[in-house]
Amino acid sequence: MKHYLVLRVIAKLLIPFMLLFALYVQFHGDYGPGGGFQAGVIVAATIIFYAVIFGLPTARRVVPETVLETMMAAGVLIYAGVGVAGLLLGGNYLDYFVLDHDPVHGQERGIFWVEAGVAITVSGVMLKIFYMFAGRRRRDPGE
Amino acid sequence: MAVVVIAIVTQRNLFAVVVLSGAYSFLMATVLFALDAIDVAMTEASVGAGISTVLLLAALHLCGADEAKRFQHPGPPLVTAVIIGGLLVYGTFGLPAFSDPEAPIHRHVVPRYVNDAMRETGVPNVVTAVLASYRGYDTLGETTVVFTAGVGVLALLRRRRKRTDDKGAPR
Repeated sequence: MKHYLVLRVIAKLLIPFMLLFALYVQFHGDYGPGGGFQAGVIVAATIIFYAVIFGLPTARRVVPETVLETMMAAGVLIYAGVGVAGLLLGGNYLDYFVLDHDPVHGQERGIFWVEAGVAITVSGVMLKIFYMFAGRRRRDPGE
Repeated sequence: MAVVVIAIVTQRNLFAVVVLSGAYSFLMATVLFALDAIDVAMTEASVGAGISTVLLLAALHLCGADEAKRFQHPGPPLVTAVIIGGLLVYGTFGLPAFSDPEAPIHRHVVPRYVNDAMRETGVPNVVTAVLASYRGYDTLGETTVVFTAGVGVLALLRRRRKRTDDKGAPR
């Protein structure tokens, strides 16, 4: 794909906006449609787009595999950590009311972190699966 | 959508099947959008049409694009499919009518979600409130499922790659 100048330029133009849209979906999920899952998928799709245009090694340099593996676990840990934080502050597990003085603000804060955890895990897993598939070489037909 | 499904069934080239199922996902997203389920439509468009198409194409690249062979005895699977399909259609007769306000699903917890979600959580989008707050345990489970899927792929594919790397070395 090294010679397709139009594709490369368009991709470079589009990718920032795709990432921005993912952030919008993530943080505007409280008010409009969207949320952590969708935002994570959009982030992963953006990086996959980048990998398709610029090649897998370049994408691996931008988003290394160790980062992805950390993200996969970190998202679940953030989500579970919100639950533990609720426990430590005197509520039940995954009880958001205790996260702030005002119960409603606590809810908003809890939902924010939970959605962040979902987005991190989803984008990490999607990208990791893509890397694993795309990184394998094709088997010989005669095998 | 029916046309796309028939095309998928009759098509022998797996590449065309993958592209058609992407088109099917987009149509499905349009239907969900028409049903005012924008969150689900968004997920369907990005996951069904986007990511899974890419992943299936990557899988096709690994294993070739032609179906191995025609299925020889279509009789028993056909009978099974017809019986199961008939049972499912029979089951739908027991469901309440579409958009029936007296249906059990609209009388149990939905009034509380719709009426009190804004006051209790301060989040205007009820879908997000239900997903992240009222049903927080379920979403935690879903996130764990996604994580587990990733770990499973990692465990399966990474070991294979290592085996081809040190070819001939005893394991």
